[in-house]
Amino acid sequence: MAQITYRQAINDALAEEVERDENVVVMGEEVAQFDGAYKVTEGLLKRFGPKRIVDTPISEAGFIGMGIGAAMMGIRPVMELMFWSFSYVAFDQLCNNAAAVRYMSGGLINCPIVVRGPANGGTNVGATHSHTPENIVANHPGIKVVCPATAYDAKGLMKTAIRDNDPVFVMENTILYNDKWEVPEEEYLVPLGKANILREGKDLSIIAHGRAAITSLRAAEELKAKHDIDVEVLDLRSIRPLDEDAVIETVKKTNNVLLVEENKPFCGVGAQLTYLIQERAFDYLDAPIKRISSIDAPQIYCKKLEDTQIPNVERVVKKVLEMA
Amino acid sequence: MAEIIEMPKLSDTMTVGTLVSWLKKEGDEVASGDMICEVETDKATMEVECFADGVLLKHYVAEGGEIPVGSPMCAVGEKGEEPPAVDTGAIADKAEELKKEESEEEDSEEKPAEKPEEAPTQSAPAQPSGGAKPEPQGRKQEFIPEEDDSEPAPAQAEGGRIKVSPLARKLAEEKGIPLSAISPSGPHGRIVKKDVLKAIEEGVKAPAPKTAKSDAPAASSAPAQYVPSGAPIAEDGPIKVTNMRKAIATRLVESKTTIPHFYLEVEVDAAPLLELRAEINHHLSNRAPEEGGIKLTVNDFILKAATEALRRVPAVNASWMGDSIQQHGSVHMAFGVAVPDGLVTPVIRDAHAKTLRQISIDTKELIQKSRNKKLTPQDMSGSTFTVTNLGMYGTSGFYGIINPPNAAILSVGATIKKPVVDKDGNLAVGQRMAIGLSCDHRVIDGATGAEFLQALQSILESPALMLV
Amino acid sequence: MPDSDYSDAEVNKVLTPEQKIQLYRDMVRIRRFEERSIRVYQQGKIGGFLHLYIGQEAVAVGTVSLLGADDHVITAYRDHGHALAVGMNMNECMAELCGKHTGCSKGKGGSMHFFAPDKNYWGGHGIVGGQTPLGAGIAYALKYRNLKGCCICFMGDGAVNQGAVHEAFNLAQLWELPVIYVIENNGYSMGTSQVRSSAFNEYLAKRAEGYAMAWDVVSGNNIYDVRAATAKAIKRAHEESMPTLLEIITYRYRGHSMSDPDKTYREKKEVQEYKEKKDPITVFQNILLEEKVLTDELIQSIDKEAKQEAEDAASFADKSPFPPVESILEDIYWEEDNRSDETTSQGTIIFE
Repeated sequence: MAQITYRQAINDALAEEVERDENVVVMGEEVAQFDGAYKVTEGLLKRFGPKRIVDTPISEAGFIGMGIGAAMMGIRPVMELMFWSFSYVAFDQLCNNAAAVRYMSGGLINCPIVVRGPANGGTNVGATHSHTPENIVANHPGIKVVCPATAYDAKGLMKTAIRDNDPVFVMENTILYNDKWEVPEEEYLVPLGKANILREGKDLSIIAHGRAAITSLRAAEELKAKHDIDVEVLDLRSIRPLDEDAVIETVKKTNNVLLVEENKPFCGVGAQLTYLIQERAFDYLDAPIKRISSIDAPQIYCKKLEDTQIPNVERVVKKVLEMA
Repeated sequence: MAEIIEMPKLSDTMTVGTLVSWLKKEGDEVASGDMICEVETDKATMEVECFADGVLLKHYVAEGGEIPVGSPMCAVGEKGEEPPAVDTGAIADKAEELKKEESEEEDSEEKPAEKPEEAPTQSAPAQPSGGAKPEPQGRKQEFIPEEDDSEPAPAQAEGGRIKVSPLARKLAEEKGIPLSAISPSGPHGRIVKKDVLKAIEEGVKAPAPKTAKSDAPAASSAPAQYVPSGAPIAEDGPIKVTNMRKAIATRLVESKTTIPHFYLEVEVDAAPLLELRAEINHHLSNRAPEEGGIKLTVNDFILKAATEALRRVPAVNASWMGDSIQQHGSVHMAFGVAVPDGLVTPVIRDAHAKTLRQISIDTKELIQKSRNKKLTPQDMSGSTFTVTNLGMYGTSGFYGIINPPNAAILSVGATIKKPVVDKDGNLAVGQRMAIGLSCDHRVIDGATGAEFLQALQSILESPALMLV
Repeated sequence: MPDSDYSDAEVNKVLTPEQKIQLYRDMVRIRRFEERSIRVYQQGKIGGFLHLYIGQEAVAVGTVSLLGADDHVITAYRDHGHALAVGMNMNECMAELCGKHTGCSKGKGGSMHFFAPDKNYWGGHGIVGGQTPLGAGIAYALKYRNLKGCCICFMGDGAVNQGAVHEAFNLAQLWELPVIYVIENNGYSMGTSQVRSSAFNEYLAKRAEGYAMAWDVVSGNNIYDVRAATAKAIKRAHEESMPTLLEIITYRYRGHSMSDPDKTYREKKEVQEYKEKKDPITVFQNILLEEKVLTDELIQSIDKEAKQEAEDAASFADKSPFPPVESILEDIYWEEDNRSDETTSQGTIIFE
């Protein structure tokens, strides 16, 4: 099986879906002529032309709202946000229109839009460009949100998201774009709401999503090699829908849980997971649930400190050693 | 056919409107679209539009009156028609009720939080110049929050509470291993899964049925666990002695070995007392506390009666001082409260100066404090007399050990239905309560003790006496 | 405002007497529906907000009367007039106001959120200006599919200061979208008059010049004027696929919503004057009497029928059941309501 980058995997997913369904259009700032701010859409304009691959002005509320209107009419727009941090200027469109139009119309209208782009810190760009809003959007019934960690998932989840009839927000990660993973040639889909065990283990479970899952995987490898601690790593992949059963299963297996996420701690995804675990697996806990989040401050610019602010391998290893 | 115009809902939160002025008088012609009156809502004063055509027959409310939304304001019909009859009194009552609710809601919503007394009078204090900066509350000082993994230490020594993870607790239950037989290895002395597995390996067994600890004065009715015959009734082994147990042991050994106890007993007809209690509670127990509501216990009456009996026979309210006897001028009434692993005797100060109501209130508060481990040394010292009551367990009679430096302790048994000979010489069903008095013979002689019990009996049998 | 008489405009000349009577009837129906809804609100049966359209009827009826099969409508929260104009019935509208299960959104949308996609009506939207990018999106979809249609996107004069509106204008002109932005200028954004809320040069619509977008201004008192100006914009959309910003000067007799006591920002005299001289229903009634299309009897019977229809709607709403509790969790996700063997999602999508 060939190895391709996470970036290429998304590019392939977009190309396959644009080709498959004439209603799919790719839109966003710099997605066409410029070949994508992060080169995710590279070559698509050349291949599919300006009707299908569309450059927008820098006006997120305008073009996201426009995508929502078009989606109500049955178009399947895939809107790129250069950063999910920029979603904040389009929040009215995302949370009042995309999330609620089906509900407020009593089911008469659907909104099959996909909004995608990177949502991550760790790139030395400061507080306004480093947000991870998956926990915020997941608090809005009507929205689905996924955070792929591998190239395989990025492609499979993106294709599913485009075919899904509800608004799906895909949160990528610029630091993962160059990671190479094995991806099959033949077509496949990854269902939303299905978690994935990145590594089997028996001593302790780490539950994570997005890049934090990869960080946890590295930490688990080090813990095995240096400390003979056998850590299971569960990658959620999808935040809403959420694979509750997989979470409970790993807790029942190891009885000791560490949650790792790049969200800030207060009301992060981990808070919801903690509630779920104590409710459904209370009697399987051999220790309090612990978590690692980004340190609770706006993202710091200084790279050296930022690398400590977001979860890193060192922090995960240290925490597990305290727990196991 | 006359049409009744009702108070419209003029804002999304309005429940009552005040009629500011009538723009149309009785007898005026009105047409749909005309404004007939001005109404003040919770938000603004607005004109009310009429949707009927005809003559305004009657105002059901005068200017300044209040009308709930949906209640009649006026009637419109044909000239000379009789206006429909309306119960204006009921409308006013309802309006008042709704207004009250509205203001209560406002109170609860809009009242600024009361300032704590120690709040500075200045608003927004400036940065303290020099000196120590106050530590910000609720903040971790560590750079990396989760590195601080300490769990808060318990505020006070937890009487033998065993820390155990949910999983370990479940495992131990399944295997029938008492937690007390497992040595903890987890953080902060917590028993974790591997400790239970170790215990299983080492062959620890013997389930220990927990005996339900009573939480008197309210009798606990936790059923004892079934223990199959032949099995041990409890697990062998030492039980750690708590500080409370130590104190009880020391004091009571001292009391029983240094004080010459003697015992008196009297049987009291409790029927009048129970009747009086029922009557008072019937009137007061359903009221809110701020309206004088209260629920009295039998124990409240006994504490009050004992106080009154001490007033009549003050010699019992005294202490042996070695070379003198201290006569107390006030009654500080102690009573026993069972708590997990022991017993405490909180004190009602100046009981002689307190009404039955106040004694009852104090008692409840002290019991609450006892159970929450909130009693202060002040609450537990300085008693001049003690009452102990095991009536709620059905104990028919007993004699407590004197609580030094008291000269006596009153022991109250259960009220028991038994055949009695009434004043006419007939057999009847009586309600009888056995009361024991343990006395310090150095302070009290038999006659004094008997006098005291007699006084107590007469008060309890004519309980209205204690109310004056 | 250019004082033009559009009665001779082609689009009005082709109207048959029956069509004219229908236009008149639709305006009366909107007014009677709204008047009846005031009473339902005042009985405490309508919660939340109720934004009334009374006084602006010629705008909705005039514009919508020109729309064809591929023409669409989207509007803001003062949306009952447009809803009735596109052909929604009074029953489903009144029931929605009362939060009933028989309402057009099953009692889940309320006054501000009427939708009828089967009538090309994409709803009322509650956030000021929030619908304007959606209007561009509907037009984009028509263009994408090579359909000769347009989207009329209504907004109030208060919306012109929202950022999303400017973003939408820019996109519409930039991408040559067949969208017609109609500013229903009733003079007040909530309780703030136009001159106190907006910086503008002569007309709000003139802001379109900044985007090189075509614009026009017309009076909303006379339905003939409304139709004539709208027809030009529709032609531009259909034939050139270009947007228009059309400002229609109108007036609302009632407060911004039922909670607005309407005492602070305008004189009663002003409202009165409008009702007497410029009321769109009276204006059109007089025109049609002059044209010998209407008679006094017909006026009476149209009014009576409209009142009765509104009365029946009130009683229909009253008798209708509230939605069942389980409906709280319906219509959130298409997928959740359409689970099948093919459903690709797994896991929990609705949480406890």
